[in-house]
Amino acid sequence: MGGKVRERETPAGDLRLVDLTKRFGIFTAVDDLSLTIPQGSFFALLGASGCGKTTTLRMIAGLEEPTSGQVLLGDRDIARLRPYKRPVNTVFQSYALFPHLDIAENVAFGLRRRGIRSVDDEVRRMLSLVQLDGYERRRPAQLSGGQQQRVALARALINHPQVLLLDEPLGALDLKLRRQMQIELKRIQTEVGITFVHVTHDQEEAMTMADTVAVMNAGRIEQLGAPADLYEYPATAFVANFLGQSNLLAGEAAGPGGDAVPVSAHGARFAVPRERARLDRGPVYLGVRPEKLHLVDSLDRVPAGHQSVAGVVSDASYVGVSTQYLVRTGWGSELSAFAANTGSEVRFPVGASVVAHWNPRNAFLLPREPGADADRTSPLLDEPPVGALS
Amino acid sequence: MSALAHVPAASGQSSAPPPPPRRGRHRLLPYLLLLPGAAWLFVFFALPLLQLAAASLYDPAGSLSTGYALTWAFGNYPDAVQAYWPQFARSFLYSAIALVLALLMGYPLAYAIAQKAGRWKNLLLVCVVAPMFTSFLVRTLAWKTILSDNGWVVGLLRDVHLLGPDGRLLATPIAVVLGITYNFLPFLVLPLYASLERLDPRLLEAASDLYASGWQAFRRITLPLSMPGLIAGTLLFFIPATGDYINAELLGTPNEYMIGNVIDSAFLVRLDYPQGAALSFLLMAAILAIVFGYLRKAGTEEVL
Repeated sequence: MGGKVRERETPAGDLRLVDLTKRFGIFTAVDDLSLTIPQGSFFALLGASGCGKTTTLRMIAGLEEPTSGQVLLGDRDIARLRPYKRPVNTVFQSYALFPHLDIAENVAFGLRRRGIRSVDDEVRRMLSLVQLDGYERRRPAQLSGGQQQRVALARALINHPQVLLLDEPLGALDLKLRRQMQIELKRIQTEVGITFVHVTHDQEEAMTMADTVAVMNAGRIEQLGAPADLYEYPATAFVANFLGQSNLLAGEAAGPGGDAVPVSAHGARFAVPRERARLDRGPVYLGVRPEKLHLVDSLDRVPAGHQSVAGVVSDASYVGVSTQYLVRTGWGSELSAFAANTGSEVRFPVGASVVAHWNPRNAFLLPREPGADADRTSPLLDEPPVGALS
Repeated sequence: MSALAHVPAASGQSSAPPPPPRRGRHRLLPYLLLLPGAAWLFVFFALPLLQLAAASLYDPAGSLSTGYALTWAFGNYPDAVQAYWPQFARSFLYSAIALVLALLMGYPLAYAIAQKAGRWKNLLLVCVVAPMFTSFLVRTLAWKTILSDNGWVVGLLRDVHLLGPDGRLLATPIAVVLGITYNFLPFLVLPLYASLERLDPRLLEAASDLYASGWQAFRRITLPLSMPGLIAGTLLFFIPATGDYINAELLGTPNEYMIGNVIDSAFLVRLDYPQGAALSFLLMAAILAIVFGYLRKAGTEEVL
């Protein structure tokens, strides 16, 4: 990357990380990271624990000093400013509310430190934005987790930061409350128009709220884009299996081949449209999302233009909105297929011979490490569970 | 709430019901448990205190050989104050100065051990407590050697001209204050440590994120949250320091004597029991007044 700052017009408030690196001893937590977060956007840094996302956030907040690189807010490098000199505020994972101050004083803390005397109106406005009217005189310990979370949000937002950082802000809440707060956060972000940078390990949370998601792995960004783009056309095997679930068949691409890249895998031939292929020759993964894999009982029923693999149903789990099948292929891999329970579909029992088929427009082609010969058809085991079709 | 309350009752019906509690014994049990301690306090604290109160009102003309008579001589109190107010004042002055010195050393020390020491935490705590394993008397005698006229401390201070060529530390107020500071420092550090150890460093990060400089974060977060330890430590330091007489006895001269020395000599040298008792009560009253004033001012209803 070489430490050059790209010559480009940037609006005053864009947050740009340039060649940002953080090492702890010999461990590189964040590895030469560069990205631009446009002003006013809702940006999510998504990754498993230990991928460097929180370290990145702490470097933006000023709680961690980068080993090298820049944090630019507009044209100003803030990477070496003390945290209290930055126009950036944080909602901490633990909320970190001050236990000896009441809610009003917690929320007013930032204003008071900047010497603003009359804070009451602003505090009341903020508390009503997070729907906590009338809680001014309570202590943090008297509030529920969700309420504390909203106080932490109000305490940060009252300062009108240029960037609001959210460090797993919903991690401590139960599922129902988390959903509610996701919608709430999104509403507030639209209302105040501040850049939100949201760190999470929950892919669903990232996809629900953010305009742009960056998937991080081992200190680097694997892929960055709109949630739908990331899901529909992942760039790496990691993204394909971290964001939802994918069936990845190990194969060899023998392109270039016109409009479609020919792929051979497990003795069969497939093709993937050129615009769905990250590369056209060498070791590849042919990927299909489980909900785009359809099951029929015989080859004649495969629609024209679709590609297919034959197998035997080895597991069928009925989960309400869908039935999740595992199909064992002739070469021993298990493919996963989700069939929506629309009421008109055929149900396959375990042991039934089926043909799994897909539209090539829904497949994608990813680079594969030459040594990795096995198919990757299940989510990575050390990652948090994926809520795919729930 | 009510739903929760019903659960144990419902489960109790399905299994064998527990034996009904024997109410009478249960009600008496706490008092029975209190009995040994209460008896001890009564015999060794309440009774002697009463005896002391009576002694403070004895006829001051009496003596051990002629015997004492309880004549309700309230005049003992003003007489004692008149005779020994300088020692009273000195006691409070010395322990107040020592307290300030101890706070200046003890707060950073407690903070460092609690927040920054990492794996050295336990070792450092042992270092704070270790001097307690030797007797108070021996420690103070050691200070006598350290501050002696031909010791290295005095030598060094003379070399840098902080002390004149025949200036000395021993037998001065400085030595007494230093002795008090040293001897009672652990009583201040330990409660402070306990408070600061519970301080969540993430609160300081949050404060810093919310525009508080290092000093402001200390003033608004660290200090208020360490208040219970600070108050407890201050009291544990100040109360025994004010009544102390060993430091003045060993490191000072009669010119540095504190009220403890006067009470000591009233009982053991001059054998003036009424005066010794009156001084003891006055000291107790003064300290209680200061403690209550301090607690009211510090305004922590959580402490009391």
